[in-house]
Amino acid sequence: MTLTEKLIEGTGSWLDDRFHGAKGFRTLFRKIFPDHWTFLLGEIALYSFIILLLTGTFLTFWFQPSMTEVVYHGSYTGLHGVRMSEAYASTLNISFDVRGGLLIRQIHHWAADLFVAAILVHWLRIFFTGAYRKPREVNWLIGLVMFTLALLEGLFGYSLPDDLLSGTGLRITEGVLLSIPLVGTYLSYFLFGGPFPGNLIVPRLYIIHVLLIPALILALLSAHLFIMFWQKHTQMPGEGRTDKNVVGAPTYPYFAAKTGAFFFFTFAATALAATFAQINPIWLYGPYTPVGISAGSQPDFYMGFLEGSLRLWPSWTWNIFGHVVAWNVLIPALVPLGLILTGAAFWPFIEQWITGDRREHHVNDRPRNAPTRTAIGMAAITFYGVLWLEGANDVIADHLNISLYLTTEIARYAIIIGPIVAYWVTKRICLGLQRKDLHLLEHGVETGIIRQLPTGEYVEVTRPLTDEEVAALDVKRPPALPVGAAQGELEVPPTGQRGGLGEVRERAYKVLTESVPLDGHGNGYGGHGNGHGDGHAGEHTAVPSGEHAGDGSGEGQEGGGSEAQEGGQA
Amino acid sequence: MSDTGAPGGRPDEPAEAPAGPQRVIGTPAPAQARTLLGDGAGDGDGAQPVPRELPADPQNLKQAKTAERIVSWLFILSALASIGFIAAYIGLEVGSVDAVLRSNLALGLSMSVAFLALAVGAVIWVRYIMPDVELTEQRHVLRSSPEDRKAFKETFDEGADASQFVKRPMLRRTLIAASVPLAIAPIVLLRDMGPLPGKSLDHTVWRPGMRLLRYGGNTPITPGEFSSPGGMITVVPEGFQDDPNALAAATAIIIKFQPGVLAPPTVLNWTVDNIVCYSKICTHVGCPAALYEQTTHHILCPCHQSTFDAPRGATVLFGPAPRPLPQLPLTTDTEGFLVAQSDFHEPVGPSYWERP
Repeated sequence: MTLTEKLIEGTGSWLDDRFHGAKGFRTLFRKIFPDHWTFLLGEIALYSFIILLLTGTFLTFWFQPSMTEVVYHGSYTGLHGVRMSEAYASTLNISFDVRGGLLIRQIHHWAADLFVAAILVHWLRIFFTGAYRKPREVNWLIGLVMFTLALLEGLFGYSLPDDLLSGTGLRITEGVLLSIPLVGTYLSYFLFGGPFPGNLIVPRLYIIHVLLIPALILALLSAHLFIMFWQKHTQMPGEGRTDKNVVGAPTYPYFAAKTGAFFFFTFAATALAATFAQINPIWLYGPYTPVGISAGSQPDFYMGFLEGSLRLWPSWTWNIFGHVVAWNVLIPALVPLGLILTGAAFWPFIEQWITGDRREHHVNDRPRNAPTRTAIGMAAITFYGVLWLEGANDVIADHLNISLYLTTEIARYAIIIGPIVAYWVTKRICLGLQRKDLHLLEHGVETGIIRQLPTGEYVEVTRPLTDEEVAALDVKRPPALPVGAAQGELEVPPTGQRGGLGEVRERAYKVLTESVPLDGHGNGYGGHGNGHGDGHAGEHTAVPSGEHAGDGSGEGQEGGGSEAQEGGQA
Repeated sequence: MSDTGAPGGRPDEPAEAPAGPQRVIGTPAPAQARTLLGDGAGDGDGAQPVPRELPADPQNLKQAKTAERIVSWLFILSALASIGFIAAYIGLEVGSVDAVLRSNLALGLSMSVAFLALAVGAVIWVRYIMPDVELTEQRHVLRSSPEDRKAFKETFDEGADASQFVKRPMLRRTLIAASVPLAIAPIVLLRDMGPLPGKSLDHTVWRPGMRLLRYGGNTPITPGEFSSPGGMITVVPEGFQDDPNALAAATAIIIKFQPGVLAPPTVLNWTVDNIVCYSKICTHVGCPAALYEQTTHHILCPCHQSTFDAPRGATVLFGPAPRPLPQLPLTTDTEGFLVAQSDFHEPVGPSYWERP
């Protein structure tokens, strides 16, 4: 036995004697993590957060969260003799007098942008693949809370250097607070310790930014990861993957090495950005003064949609009973984020109610296989995207050489029309992709070879799909089960016969489960080739293959019944 | 894991084959998609040898050898980059813009290379040097078995009974009575976060006779010397030029027009020599309305693009601002400098609930 082996065994034995860990750690080592590139998005968020903790700690060694006024005489000669807060002066000090200070500051800022961006795309991945479904609803909600906290954390951190740009952000925050009916002025005076800007906001935001919110995120993150670990990761559809297993590589050594590499990638990416792409050069903006502002000021990207929302909304205000209701601020500041977050929070439960699907789901949907959900997601992205673009409408107007006001007018229409168009187009694309999958399942892959038969007839040569390809495509369309069937509630009367709410539910059910039936494919699905919702099915859906050709009555085999119900209502 | 019996339809016969009877121990492991911990192998019967589930060597040894060399070079590169980082830290001073840029480039580049080489190396290691493997682990329905749920409920009920919480309503109610004010107390504790707003938002520090100072230079202004029609300058109240709280409300702009351009609803009695003064604080959310378009006489707030018509009482032409910028009544003092006749006649800045 070599020395290394002795050391490892000795340490292991020493630990096991004290913690009884052999069994638990073996299970941990062999825990299976499925592989898919989209599963890395959440990891980017996790590692950006760790980078934020590391770099943020470094910055606190020099940063002075104080609004005491000082006159600057440091290394940046451009601001010599200028009165500024200690917060701003110490940020200059970090940038110009601490070795590596500028680099770490820029990594911190880039990592913050990456953190929110990664959360956003991770969130979209979870939504579009249906990974939020039972049993993962709680983790979905935790994720939403962490997203909200990340936005706040970013806004507060952005405000700390007390430069002209960040102070303007706080000014807007004050304006939004003031618009809140009844308690707005109180909230603003309590937050700022009196009239804006006061001299308390930076120290207050500082402790929230470096302690309160990070601690909350850390706690929620731990719960998020533990639940993910406990429930085991979802997997994308494929050969041998079911709702009853998880297929992939074990943690030790595979996942551990891959995820370690990914941490280094994330760190390298933020470090590269910090080296070559300047971010938040506060010395160019100057210290904050309520008197000044710079043109073309842009917030960090994740605040852009709020900025756009404030720009887009018209100037409606009410004067009632001697009080002012500032709809012009209140609605754009609270409604878009409220709509998106509330909608997202309730969505898993709404979907469960509509489909009656109370089963556990561990195999993700391909987005095309849930056309309505995907369409709703794209509508939400379009809604957000219009607001986000409007947040940069001055830049857009400048680059496209069109009127500033025209961009806002366009955005006012696009915010309504855009999501509707996105919904419709996405749904058509998804159904089209389903038809393509169906075509592949039924006819195989076109090889591009045309063969002439002895009779003179030309035929196209196709290659049958491999088992692996079939497994990826031939997914049972998930919500295709009768309402209430999941837990044997068949004594419940059929949908549509239970009053108004039942009717709403049935309609929603029809919209939500609209899919191209997997007709004629010899896999146990009922072979009824009649149309469904969109009325185009007949054109593309292949005629059922021989043995199923006559089976269009809706009395399909197992699994066909529900689709017959759907088809019959089309 | 034993609660589900043996997967794959295999009869569960623990006496015969207690641990993972998928294959005879000692025979080669099947290459792929085997069951991990599937047959009760993980249940701690430590005497049973655990069959090998990961192949010891990669499938393609030649490729692995090449990859090994590449990865080693990458790790050496990473080490060199880290050493370079330390050298750059020691060798490169900061303290001026150029020095900081040099230092940032050297530190950032070496740090990036150090991390990137490690990352790429580790990925190549996993992909080409570790043997390919795909294992299958069984899931179990998350809902506990009926017996476990029943046992839990009994335990819970027993505890509830033992606590006497249900049986003794007086205890229960007084506990709730105690907790409500306790929950309110911390909120009360936040009361001193700031003073109450009162009427303070309704007014600014402008008083009759207070001089307008150029922002920045802090010099008073005579109507004659402000002789650039079309230009706009920012003014602050004398005595408050360094008070951010006062300036956040009182900052104003003055614009001089050609004769005859100013028109109602501008209050012409409040202008001096075709010079008009408006609050600079946007009535939308309070950004400084700082941009002035000379040709159109539009004042534009750069934050959300509210646009005000300067010669006509700063009425709103476009954007989310609900009101014109309030006008400050101007006159001149005995020395001929521009002064305020009074405070603004309405609150400046964004809307708020109590706004009169």
